[in-house]
Amino acid sequence: MRTGADEATRASSAPTPAVASGGVLEMRGVTKVHGDVVALGGVDLTVHAGELVAVVGPSGSGKSTMLNLMGTLDRPSTGSVRVAGHEVGSSDDDALSRLRSEHIGFVFQHFHLASGATATENVADGLLYSGVRRPERLERARRALTRVGLGHRLDHRPHELSGGERQRVAIARAVVGEPTLLLADEPTGALDSRSGADVVELLRELNASGTTVVVITHDLDLADRLPRRVRLRDGVIVDDSSGGIG
Amino acid sequence: MRARREARRRGVSSTDLVRLGVFGLRTRPTRVLLSALGIAIGIAAMIAVVGISSSSQAALARVLDDLGTNLLQVVPGEDAAGETTTLPADGVALLERRDDVEQAAGVGRVTGRNVYRTDLVPEAASGGITLDAVQGDLLEVLQGETVSGGWFAADDLPQVVLGSTAAATLGIGAVDADTRVWIGGRWVAVAGVLAPLPLAPELDSSALVPASGADAAFGFAGRPTRLYARADPTRVVEARDLLAATLDPVDPRRVQVSRPSDALAAQQATESSFTALLLGVGGVALLVGGIGVANTMVITVLERRGEVGVRRALGARRRDIRRQFLVESLLLSLAGGAVGVALGCSVTAVFAATQGWPVVIPSWAAAGGLLATVVIGGVSGIHPAGRAARMAPTEALAT
Repeated sequence: MRTGADEATRASSAPTPAVASGGVLEMRGVTKVHGDVVALGGVDLTVHAGELVAVVGPSGSGKSTMLNLMGTLDRPSTGSVRVAGHEVGSSDDDALSRLRSEHIGFVFQHFHLASGATATENVADGLLYSGVRRPERLERARRALTRVGLGHRLDHRPHELSGGERQRVAIARAVVGEPTLLLADEPTGALDSRSGADVVELLRELNASGTTVVVITHDLDLADRLPRRVRLRDGVIVDDSSGGIG
Repeated sequence: MRARREARRRGVSSTDLVRLGVFGLRTRPTRVLLSALGIAIGIAAMIAVVGISSSSQAALARVLDDLGTNLLQVVPGEDAAGETTTLPADGVALLERRDDVEQAAGVGRVTGRNVYRTDLVPEAASGGITLDAVQGDLLEVLQGETVSGGWFAADDLPQVVLGSTAAATLGIGAVDADTRVWIGGRWVAVAGVLAPLPLAPELDSSALVPASGADAAFGFAGRPTRLYARADPTRVVEARDLLAATLDPVDPRRVQVSRPSDALAAQQATESSFTALLLGVGGVALLVGGIGVANTMVITVLERRGEVGVRRALGARRRDIRRQFLVESLLLSLAGGAVGVALGCSVTAVFAATQGWPVVIPSWAAAGGLLATVVIGGVSGIHPAGRAARMAPTEALAT
């Protein structure tokens, strides 16, 4: 039951719609300093809904810091990061957790799946913190797995799957909550080139059906296959180009 | 679509927390088994101690129920000069004349006469067996039973009934027509052997002979040294106060009246201090078990930094992480506790069965045991769970 008081609380704390004036992700003058080390030295980046972006750079270029800031896992030292319209710097830990559960999906290089759980259970965990009841979580997990081409692997455990299949499970977990923004951190880094190509193809398909995707990678070949490339070096954006294959 | 999502309840439901906890434990079975074992042993020890002591109390209550609590015992006291007094020779008759006494009997210690299995044993070795002359229907008054043979036959042949300890000392198990013992220089036929007398354990090491004839045969002086009376069950307390005056109207303080069932209950109370000691030992086992659980949880949290990071990335709040590990700790402890309760009950049941006791396990003991495990699990889990919750997501994912 929703009361007037509930509405009032919601008005002050609830996320506003993602498709606000700017983009899904807006970074303005963002710096991140770890002690004496400047990881990011002033970054401006806007990612609009429906984009497929590669953030590419060598190790030490600030990629991981970018990922953490985009994913609201960390706050900027200065500047503004807005995800789905929410200012990250001024949000408390609970609000950021909620933001992640509702708007952000993560894909990690090393999958990070629970080894004792089936593919379906792993994917269903993606909805665990969104207040969705278990039967619906499992049903949506099965749908997400089918969507990434693993409809025949629903009850397999990670050790019964190939690397490429595991990464598909992880992608299904990231998209099962229909996130506004999908962040993939070196998604092909632990895969052979064939499986890697399949995973990139899957990300392109997800993007084609409306998901905004940011891929963080050091792999220039991978980046070249994506429509927009943001090149990082020493903590600043040195190139932001569209075109090529995209 | 988004409005619907926001309308949903936030937070992880309790069933999901339990499911997460069970899953977390299931993936590390050996470690879980070992740390739960510590709790199980502690709880089992405490339940068994309480259960065995309760069962033994219940057994005593049953014995007292069978034997009655209306038996009174009278022994000589001391006079003003500190000399031991004597009881009147017609003590049994005096007691039976009272209307609050249903039945009375007595025994008179015969000194200087030892009891032997054969006439070949040297006089000096008495074997600790005393000789008592019986006045009145002692077996009936004490609610005693013979395990072999019978009570005195109604003839004048010299005969003896042996207490349980006395029979064991003499090596006499079963009695037949030829069983006899050597008392004070003559052979005496053994009529029977008594079962232990819980209300008159002093007679277990006695050889009992009828008072009639004992004066001639063994030099019994005729004065009882101990009287037993069955009082009217509704007037036991007042009878207890009045018996002394009946036996010694001049100075009732010169006889001592007691209620043997009270002594039995008091003995039980003494044993309860031993029970307290054992409970303490169980408590220490439980404490060690709790430390084991805490240790396991600390290690688990260290090992699962990656999992914590992923869950934070999936949207878990700090409190979701804290609850997950707290519930896991509770479940670990509770599993140990449940096994411990089952184990403690089994031990109690087996022990009580071998003693012929009823099995009594107070429900507060079982409930208290489980409650203790909940407390242990909670206390052990607070620190590791808090540590997991405080981990920065970036730091947790970096490993």
